[in-house]
Amino acid sequence: MAKITYIEHDGTEHTVDVKPGQSVMEGAVKNNIPGIDADCGGACACATCHVYVDQAWLEKTGSSTAMEESMLDFAEGVEPNSRLSCQITVSDQLDGLIVRMPESQH
Amino acid sequence: MSDPAPHVVIIGAGHAGGTIAAVLRQYAFTGPITLIGDEPIAPYQRPPLSKAWLKGEADAEALMLKPDSFYGEHGIDLRLNAVAVGLDRAAKQVRLKTGETVAYDVLVLATGARARRLAIPGAALGHVLELRSAADAEKLKAALGPGRRLAVIGGGYIGLEAAASGRALGAEVVVLEREPRLLARVACEVLSSFFRAYHEARGVKFELAADITAFEGADGHVAGVRLADGRLIACDAALVGVGALPNDELAREAGVDCANGVVVDLEARTSDPSIFAIGDVTFRPMPHYDRAHRLESVANALEQSKQAAAAIAGRPAPTPEVTWNWSDQYDLKLQIAGVPFDTDEILVRGDPAGARFAVFHLQQGAVRAVEAVNAPPEFMMGKQLIASRRPVARDRLADTTISMKEVTA
Repeated sequence: MAKITYIEHDGTEHTVDVKPGQSVMEGAVKNNIPGIDADCGGACACATCHVYVDQAWLEKTGSSTAMEESMLDFAEGVEPNSRLSCQITVSDQLDGLIVRMPESQH
Repeated sequence: MSDPAPHVVIIGAGHAGGTIAAVLRQYAFTGPITLIGDEPIAPYQRPPLSKAWLKGEADAEALMLKPDSFYGEHGIDLRLNAVAVGLDRAAKQVRLKTGETVAYDVLVLATGARARRLAIPGAALGHVLELRSAADAEKLKAALGPGRRLAVIGGGYIGLEAAASGRALGAEVVVLEREPRLLARVACEVLSSFFRAYHEARGVKFELAADITAFEGADGHVAGVRLADGRLIACDAALVGVGALPNDELAREAGVDCANGVVVDLEARTSDPSIFAIGDVTFRPMPHYDRAHRLESVANALEQSKQAAAAIAGRPAPTPEVTWNWSDQYDLKLQIAGVPFDTDEILVRGDPAGARFAVFHLQQGAVRAVEAVNAPPEFMMGKQLIASRRPVARDRLADTTISMKEVTA
């Protein structure tokens, strides 16, 4: 299990255990954490699971694919540390990961 | 909100029903929630049943909307294998098949849609399948494999996704479509031709303008599909994907307004103020199009879940979204935004031969819908263009050297 902290736009923190192999998006959705909508369920089709990866974790979460990049390009409030959380797979290396949610996914 | 918090009863534990239960809790709704589903398992996602799950790329756990423990932990009484058969609006009670009644203060109908069936001989034979539920999908998966022959009746999205997944599993696939082109009800000619060629190049065979007269069997199982011209298309299994019908009988019999589905407003409220309806079963306003329509999509189920949950929990109504949908076939990602109602022009951006293009549907020069194949910028910007309703410069939209961000600049 990896502990992941999700921080809502209003500052509310949720720290939960996520099984390696699941995505960071699934970790939020299965724990009913508000702020990640994930309309398409992880098909990289909707850009509604946008998160900001904490600077300290950018390297470990890897880089985004071309498809993810071009979806993100049109999401609200994109920053250099923006990712689609359905495209980040949880592993033991991500134990302690912190992500923040944007104000809105739509 | 009145005090104490009302008892919300949700009929239908699919994507919409499961979502509204969870969203109500996210919205800090504290009243009791009863979620009644006729399937044996907790709410799950249906889209992967014809895509990633069918190909074995997603497991059963990944399908579930929430872990089984979620419902108990959040005070949601999830009642599985429970079939609602009647609705008494005066007494505010739902009657179950077992004879038991469940009282509600607020009722949410999330009964979905069911597969349309073919009224032809042999339709009840074994291995004549449909694809709505996880149980349906298990049967289909068991029928696929190297050398197995699958006949798909209906060249719509379900049929084409199953065909692509079937090929990935090594099955021989033939798609039989009544119309002269694929996706005839839902997409334009450009897309029909593109998907046909893409599937043919991957070994799928097509019988278009096919008039099917019967399923023929051996030992109680389907062995072939008979066509009006006398030919028999041999198969080991047949998947029927010819559209869906709203499960609106409970509402209809109780006198709740129905059209093609249960009529709702932008709060997802029906003609009875104590009853909401969400998802595939609804006939809903389309604010970007000034009309009402029945949609079958996850995006619709989620939007209406939020509309109804906001109304029940006393929160402001969410901003209307541009409806959208997607389909995965082989390495293609099709993303569709909007609905091409009353459009008068089609504009293609990009080259279908390169499998990266978008079809824009215009009405008096304004984008009303877009079908984007491996083209996320066109889809994402298309949604914004649809919402804006403003005419676009056609020459800029058609010019792929101008990025989608600059098209409207």
